[in-house]
Formats: sequence, structure tokens, C-alpha cells
Amino acid sequence: MTLNRRTILKAGAAAAALPLLGSRAFAQGEPLKVGFIYVGTINDNGYNYAHNQGRIYLQEQLGDAVETTYVENVPEGPDCERVLRELAQQGNKLIFATSFGFGDSVIKVAQQFPDVKFEHATGYMKADNVGLYNARFYEGRAVCGTIAGHLSKTGKLAYIGSFPIPEVVMGINALALSARKVNPNATVKPVYISTWNDPAKEADAARALIDQGVDVIAQHTDGPAALQVAQERGIVGGFGQGADMSAFAPETQLTSIIDHWGPHYLASAKAVIDGTWVAGDTWEGLKEDVVQIGPYGPKVTEEVKAAAEAVRLGQIDGSFHIFTGPIKDNTGAERVAAGVVMTDAELLSMDWYVEGVEQPA
Amino acid sequence: MEIIIPILVTLVFAATPILLAALGELVVEKAGVLNLGVEGMMLVGAIAGFAGQFYTGNPYFALLCGAVAGAAVSLIFGFLTLSLSANQTATGLALTIFGTGFSALAGAPFSARPIQLMGPLFPPELATHPLWRGVFGYSAPVYFSFFMVFAIWYFLQKTRAGLILRAVGENDLSAHSIGYSVRGVRYLAVLFGGAMAGIAGACFPLLLTPQWAERMTAGRGWIAVALVVFASWRPLRLLAGAYLFGLVMTMELYAKAGGGPLSVIPSELWAALPYLATIVVLVLISIRRDASTNAPACLGKPFLPSN
Repeated sequence: MTLNRRTILKAGAAAAALPLLGSRAFAQGEPLKVGFIYVGTINDNGYNYAHNQGRIYLQEQLGDAVETTYVENVPEGPDCERVLRELAQQGNKLIFATSFGFGDSVIKVAQQFPDVKFEHATGYMKADNVGLYNARFYEGRAVCGTIAGHLSKTGKLAYIGSFPIPEVVMGINALALSARKVNPNATVKPVYISTWNDPAKEADAARALIDQGVDVIAQHTDGPAALQVAQERGIVGGFGQGADMSAFAPETQLTSIIDHWGPHYLASAKAVIDGTWVAGDTWEGLKEDVVQIGPYGPKVTEEVKAAAEAVRLGQIDGSFHIFTGPIKDNTGAERVAAGVVMTDAELLSMDWYVEGVEQPA
Repeated sequence: MEIIIPILVTLVFAATPILLAALGELVVEKAGVLNLGVEGMMLVGAIAGFAGQFYTGNPYFALLCGAVAGAAVSLIFGFLTLSLSANQTATGLALTIFGTGFSALAGAPFSARPIQLMGPLFPPELATHPLWRGVFGYSAPVYFSFFMVFAIWYFLQKTRAGLILRAVGENDLSAHSIGYSVRGVRYLAVLFGGAMAGIAGACFPLLLTPQWAERMTAGRGWIAVALVVFASWRPLRLLAGAYLFGLVMTMELYAKAGGGPLSVIPSELWAALPYLATIVVLVLISIRRDASTNAPACLGKPFLPSN
């Protein structure tokens, strides 16, 4: 059964209540019920779409052994707690909460359902039955930054973000560090729009940036709106986020960062079925194929492509890490000494910007 | 200084759907009906407009699709509240929930499908100079929204039909007793409001971001409803209000993107500004004695002639 708001609305039951089917014990031979909650819609062509592709991958790989359910458009807040509780009561034994802002709710509900395994994407709070999983999107940002550094004519790059959380800050910094390795004068202007999904606002943010001289825009929101404006205005380029968005900007998408969650979902579901699941803390990237780089756009010359590939392959074989010192912050103070690589813990709590990033208001 | 014209252009485009939807709601409320389903009707208009543009490539036809679809869903509201005398507040909220769900369902096949933006109304030669771009650089719905501000003002203040509509909103029983069809007038008003909300919704994929995205109106229908109160049911004030909101929404992004003196304002404050502005204006309005009386006396009350 695929349960989401839409089917409920279609049935005319308004948004009042998801059906409570009661708790059912997980017995041998019965399929493992796996629930997913998404912060946005599965049709966003980006972040949530990618998670749902992961769910479909899991269902295809394990067939009758699993029964997957998803709820989309779940707000970050008390409503999320309600949806998680209902999924647990419906007998889901493994629940993936796929957005950073679900964290508090996951911890609360996990205490009430100790026999249900939870996995929280991009979060930081663990428990006995709450594991964490994340993707090293910043590795993709480092590839994008390399391309941006080569191709930008004004040296003014921008990054449209949702909220200043470590996940986003890390992406901005990776873009700036890699672009400045190519063009030391490049700057990155972060703009936070306080929402994950308001395409008109994303588009207007892109217009505001382009009107003020920016010629490469990266975005960390869930859809292709900014990329479309980049295409319409004919600037140097932009990047797809979460999925290949070349349909929206065939000339202007330089490349895309593709989230590929399927293998992780498969591994977790198998572990629960085998009884070997433990609350993990995985952070996989290009090497594990959880982050992929999409096809390069027509503006990316052979020379730039080679530079981008070198960064991509360097991160796969481990010879290159974008957060290797010396790194100064945007006040000029040295934060990472020469030769030192930032730890994962440092990255996951990153709240400062590297040199070349303009301080957002 | 050369940044002013691009800001103006972005602001006009941002304000237009809000203005269109609010103008429709103003007429509906003047007839004594409170339709809180504007957001839902806009979303249905948005997907209809997207589909119209996707299949025909004719943006005028797409706008018409938006208008027809918005009017069609407003008819559900009309039937429930006018013929069955259901509670208008609850029915309006239900209409928004329905519109959100229905547009998502209808829009599912259209994800990952870009369309063409609607081009400017005037030939581009007229808008080559930046200054003229600020005058001639917009597409048809922008000029239509200006036209409608004056048309609605004229209709309500200067025509007999407008007088009847206001009479129905101010005192439905009196209007009924001298022979006017209260339900008929209100049905027409609700349909007009639905069509305007539908056009407003269609502006999102046609003018702002040429794609379909679920909930792409992102709450602007609610701003439109608030604007009607903000403007104390006067079309010219509605124009000013919509542009004030557009200005705040646009300046937030230009200030963040460009630096300069405005960028010292924290982003949280920018996000709160439209709402702070609403509160300030509501307070100013309520200080003036005459203003509170401008609300249609029968607003939101069901018409029950047998009582």
C-alpha cells in the first residue's frame, strides 16, 4: 500500500487522520514493513524525488520481502511526530526520516517504540534504535566548484540555500574552496530563503543574484527553479541538485549532483531482516556511489571536464579531500592548519564560512 | 542605481498574482461571501495553466484554462455555501485542502517537464532602454491586473450592477425583499473570484518559474486574503498593498544577494516584514473610525431568507 496525503485527499477524508491500523507483530514470513517520510513532494525532481527513487530501488531489489510506505510533504515539527507514530503503529519496523529537521521528533517517537528501528538522514542525534545516515554531498560540491572556478567570467558565484544548517554551510564552503583553487579571486554569495520549497522565491533569488553580477549559481533547495532562471537569462551556468535537471536547463546545467540512496536502503532493510541491524552512523559519498556526478553540460570544455574528473576520482581513491588545511575563515583567521584534514565531527557541526564566502545577513 | 529597474521588474512580477487573486476575493467579499479557498483555487489554476501551456504552447489559452479551472472549483464552494448554506469559513478551508490535493494529483504526470515562459506583451524593441523595460517589459497579466483594479473600482462605485452587488453584501434580506436574487449575485461573484484566483495561479508557471511544482503558490493565496482586509475592501488600496508586499518580498532577496546597506537587516526580520506591515496597517486602519464600517455587513453570514 502506498499511503500519502494525496490518496487520502482523493478519498475525501481531508487531512484529518491517517488510518490507524493498529500494531501488528513482525513475524517470520511476513514482509518487513518499511516506512519513509519526506519533507517535500516526490515530484520535486530533486531531493525528495531521489529518496523516493531509493525506496523504489529497495522495493524492486527485495520484492515481496518488504512492503514500503511513504508519507510526503511532512512538515518539520509536531506534525512529523504524529506521522512517525502512526507509521510505527501500522507495523513499520524500519522507518527512514529523510530530512534534517525531523531529528527531535525521531528521538521522541523512537523512545516510545523501542522495537522499531529508525534511521535519520543528515542528522546528528543517535539512540539505541536511531541510526544516522548521510551522504557526502560536499564531495559533489567540490566537483561543481572546480567547474565554476574555470568557467565563471565575473568570478562571482552564488549559492541559494534554505537554512544555515551545517549540511548547507558545508556545501557552500566546499564550492568556495574548490572554485578558489582554480580562481583565487572567486567569491561565493550565500542567500538563504528560509524554505525548502517555494519555487517562485527560488527563482526571484536567482534573478536578484544575476541582476547583481553573479554568473554561476548553485542551489541547495529542492527544485530546478533557480536553474531555469539561469537558462532564461543565459548566464554561464548552474548545477542540478539531487537529480539530473538538464531537462530544465539543457545549455546551462554544467553538471548535477545525484543522490543515490538505494544501496543504503537495501543494506539497512537486509540488516533488519537478518537481525543484524545496529544503530549505525554512515556517511557515504562518491566512493560508495551514494553520491554521483551527472553528465557534464555542453559548456564544460574537455579541459574543464578533465579537471572536474580529477577532483571526482581523487575523492573516490581518497587522494583528495576538499577540507584539507590550510583553511582560513572569512574573517581571515586560520581554522585548519596546513596538511590537516577536518574530521567528520567538525564538518557536521560546521557553522563558519571559508575565505571567499561573503557573510550572509 | 541601474539596479532599480531590475528590482522593479521582479517586484511587479511577484506582486501580480497576489493582486489578481486579491481583486477576485475583494469582489466576492463585497457580495458578502468569505471564500478562504483562494490558495486552493490558485493551485488548481496553476496546474490548469501549466497543462494549457504544455499542450498548446499558447499562453493566452493557458491563462484561460487557469480561469476556467479556478471558476470550476469555486463552484463547489458556491454550491456548498450558497445553495446548502454551509459554513463559509470551514468550506473555504476545505476548498484550499482540496485544491492542494487535487492539483498535486493532476500535476503528478507533469513533474520534470519544463514549459515556455509567457513573453512580454509589447515588442521587445520598445523595451530596449532599461527605463522603458520598466514600463513595457511585462507580459499581459501584469497589464490586465492594472486594468482590473480600475475596472473593479468603476464597477463597484459607478455602475448599477456594482450597487446591487454591494447591497447584497451589506444587507442581503433587504436586497432580497426588493427583488434581487441574492444567491444569483453571490454565485456570479464567487465564480468571478474563482476565475481571478485561477488566473493568478496560472501566473506562477507562466510568469515566475516555468515548471509545475506541488504547492508552488507557497501561501500567497493567504496573503491575498489578508490583503483584502489590509486594503479595507478598496481596489486602489489593494493595488498599493499588493505592491508593498511585492516590494518587501523582492527587496529581501536583492538585499541578501547584493550586500549594501540593506543587507545588515537579518533574514529573519525580512521574512517577518510583510506580516509586520499587515499588523501596522491593520492598527492604523482600526484607529480611523470609518474604516471598520467598511467591511461588508453580511460578510461570511449565510443567506437564509425564510428566517
